[in-house]
Amino acid sequence: MPHVATIVVSILFDGLAYAMFLFITSVGLSVTMGLMGFVNLAHGAFAMCGGFFVVSLTRSLGVPFVPSLVIAATAVGFISIPFERYLYRQLYKSTDLEQVLLTIGLAFMSIATFTYFYGPIPKSVPLPDWLEGHINLGFRAFPSYRAFLIVVGAGLIAVLWYAFERTNIGAKIRAAVDNRRMAESVGINVDRLFTLTFALGSGLAALGGGLAIQLFGLTPSFAVLYLVLFLIVVAVGGLGSLKGTLLAALVIGIIDTGGKYAFPVAGNLFIYAITVVVLLIRPAGFYGRE
Amino acid sequence: MAASETMAVGPMREQVRERAAGFLISRHHYRWPEALPWLIAIACYFVFPDRMTFGSQVLVMVMFALSLDLILGYAGIVSLGHAAFFGIGAYVVALGSLRLGWSEPISGIIAAGVVAGIFGAVVGWFMLRYRGLTLLMLTIAFAATLQESGNLRSDITGGYDGLPGLTFDPLFGLFDYDLYGRTNYLYALAALAVVFYFVRRIVYSPFGQALTGIRENVRRMHAIGSPVHLRLVTVYAIAAAIAGVAGALFTQTNAYVTLTVFDFDNSAKVMVILILGGTGRLYGAFFGAAVYMILEDYFSKLSPTFWQFGIGLLLVLAVLFARRGVLGLFEDSSAYLGKRKKP
Repeated sequence: MPHVATIVVSILFDGLAYAMFLFITSVGLSVTMGLMGFVNLAHGAFAMCGGFFVVSLTRSLGVPFVPSLVIAATAVGFISIPFERYLYRQLYKSTDLEQVLLTIGLAFMSIATFTYFYGPIPKSVPLPDWLEGHINLGFRAFPSYRAFLIVVGAGLIAVLWYAFERTNIGAKIRAAVDNRRMAESVGINVDRLFTLTFALGSGLAALGGGLAIQLFGLTPSFAVLYLVLFLIVVAVGGLGSLKGTLLAALVIGIIDTGGKYAFPVAGNLFIYAITVVVLLIRPAGFYGRE
Repeated sequence: MAASETMAVGPMREQVRERAAGFLISRHHYRWPEALPWLIAIACYFVFPDRMTFGSQVLVMVMFALSLDLILGYAGIVSLGHAAFFGIGAYVVALGSLRLGWSEPISGIIAAGVVAGIFGAVVGWFMLRYRGLTLLMLTIAFAATLQESGNLRSDITGGYDGLPGLTFDPLFGLFDYDLYGRTNYLYALAALAVVFYFVRRIVYSPFGQALTGIRENVRRMHAIGSPVHLRLVTVYAIAAAIAGVAGALFTQTNAYVTLTVFDFDNSAKVMVILILGGTGRLYGAFFGAAVYMILEDYFSKLSPTFWQFGIGLLLVLAVLFARRGVLGLFEDSSAYLGKRKKP
C-alpha cells in the first residue's frame, strides 16, 4: 500500500510541476486571445526565443540561471511589442484563417532563424547547485528543480491573481474581455491594454520557455512542437480566463503525467482525448463564454 | 389585394429562377484556359520521363489541396487537421495490402475514400457545430489522436518506422509499375481528373452555391432556411473522402507509409499550398501544389533552413499583400491594368 501512495505522490508532484509550466506559458495566450479573439500560433515562438536567450545568457555570458530567466522574459516582452504594433494589429478584424496564416508564417521564420544561429541539436543550461539534486521535505525527497518550478508557478499565480482581480488595470482587462465595445465606450483604451497584455503574455511565455529547457531540452522546433499543447490549455480552459487556464493546466498536467506513467506507449493520447471530450461537451472550455 | 400580389409574384418568381439557373449553368461551362494545367501535366510526362515519381507526388498534393479547397475555400471551414483523412486513406490501402492481401489498386482507393468519408461524416457531425478556435483545436486534436492511436498499436501500423515494401497488383491486371513511376504518374493523373470533374460539378451546383453562402454569411443562410449543419457535414465528408483517396494514392505511388502522414506539418503544408495558390478557385490547388513542391524540391536540397524561412516569409507576405493567393494576384493585376487602359 505505501508503494501505491508513493507513486500517487510522485505523479501529483511531477504533474503539478508540469502544470505550472503549462500555466506560465499559456496564460498570456489565453488573455490575448480572450481580448482580441486573435489566433496566435506564434506564441510558442516567443517561448522558444526566451529559452534560447536563457541558453545564450548562461552559456556565453556567464549570467546565473535565475537572473537570466528574468532578463530573457523582459527582453522578449519588449521584442514582442513591435510585432503586435505593426503586424498583428493589421489583422484584428480579419478572419481566423488569415491570423492563423500570418502567425504560422512567423513561427516558421523564427524556427528557421534560430536553427541558423543555434543549430538543430537540443540545448541544455547549467543550473546552480541548489537546483540540482533533491530537496527533502521530511517524509520524502523531491527533485529540487521541479519544486522550484512549483514555487515559481505558485508565486506567479498569486501575483497574476492580484493584478487581475484587485488592480485597476486588471479590472480594465476583465471588462474588455467581457465586452470590448462597452469597455471602449466607457473610455478604456483597449488597444493599449492589448499591447500591454501581449507583451506581458509573451514575456511569460519566454519565462516558460526558459524553465522548460531543463524539462524537455530546447530545440528550435519547440515553437511548433509545444504550441498545440498551449492552444489546448487555452481552449480547454476558456479564452481570457485565469481560473480556466489554471484548471486546464492542472487537469492536463496531472492526467498526462499519470497517463504516461501507467501507459508509456500512449504518448500524448490522453491529452488529445481529454481535449476532444471537453470541447465537445463545453465548446467554450471550462470557464469560457459561449 | 393579397390575391393580386401573389398573382404578380408568381411569374416573377419564375423569371428569377430562370435567371439563377442561367447563372449557374453559365458558370458550369468549360472554358479553354481550363485545359492548360492538364496539357502541362501530360507534357511533363514526355518532357521529364525520369522525374515521374516526383510528378506523382505533385499530383497527389494537388488532389489533397483540392479537397481542402472544398471545405476551406468554398465552405469556409478552417481545418488544421486535414491530414487526418489523408492518413486514414493512406493506411486503409497500406493495411489492406499488407494484412489482408487486398492489393488491387483501384478498389483500394475507392475503399480508402469510403472509409475516410465515413470518418469525415461522423467527426464532422460532432465538430461542425463549432467555429473559430474551438473548431481549429478539434481538428488538430482529431488528427493527433489518430496519430497517437496508431503509435499505440505500432504492432499493426508499423509506428513511425512505417510499413515499407508494400506491393500492389498491376492496374487492371495489365500495366505493371516501372522503376521510373511512369505508370504511377498516369494513374495518379487519371484519378485526379476523375476527382476534379466531381469537385467541379459540386462547386458549380446549387449545393456549391449554398456552401459559398454559408462561408459569406452564416446567419443569413440560417435565416433563409438553409440546412447549414447538414450542408457543412456533407461537404466535410466529401472532402474527407477525397483526402482519403489522395492518401491512398500517396501510399500506392510510394509503396511506403509512416505515421508522419498524420503530422501537424502535413496539415499545415496543404493549407500553405492552397493559400499560396488561392482558395475557392479550384485551379489554385494545381498552381499552389506545383509551385510549392518544385520550390521545396529545389531549395530544401540547397538549405532546409532557408526554405523554412522563405515559406514563412511567403505566408506573411501573402496575408499582408495577396490575400487571394497568387492566382488572385494575377486576377487583381489584370483587372487593374484593364481599368487603366479603358479611360
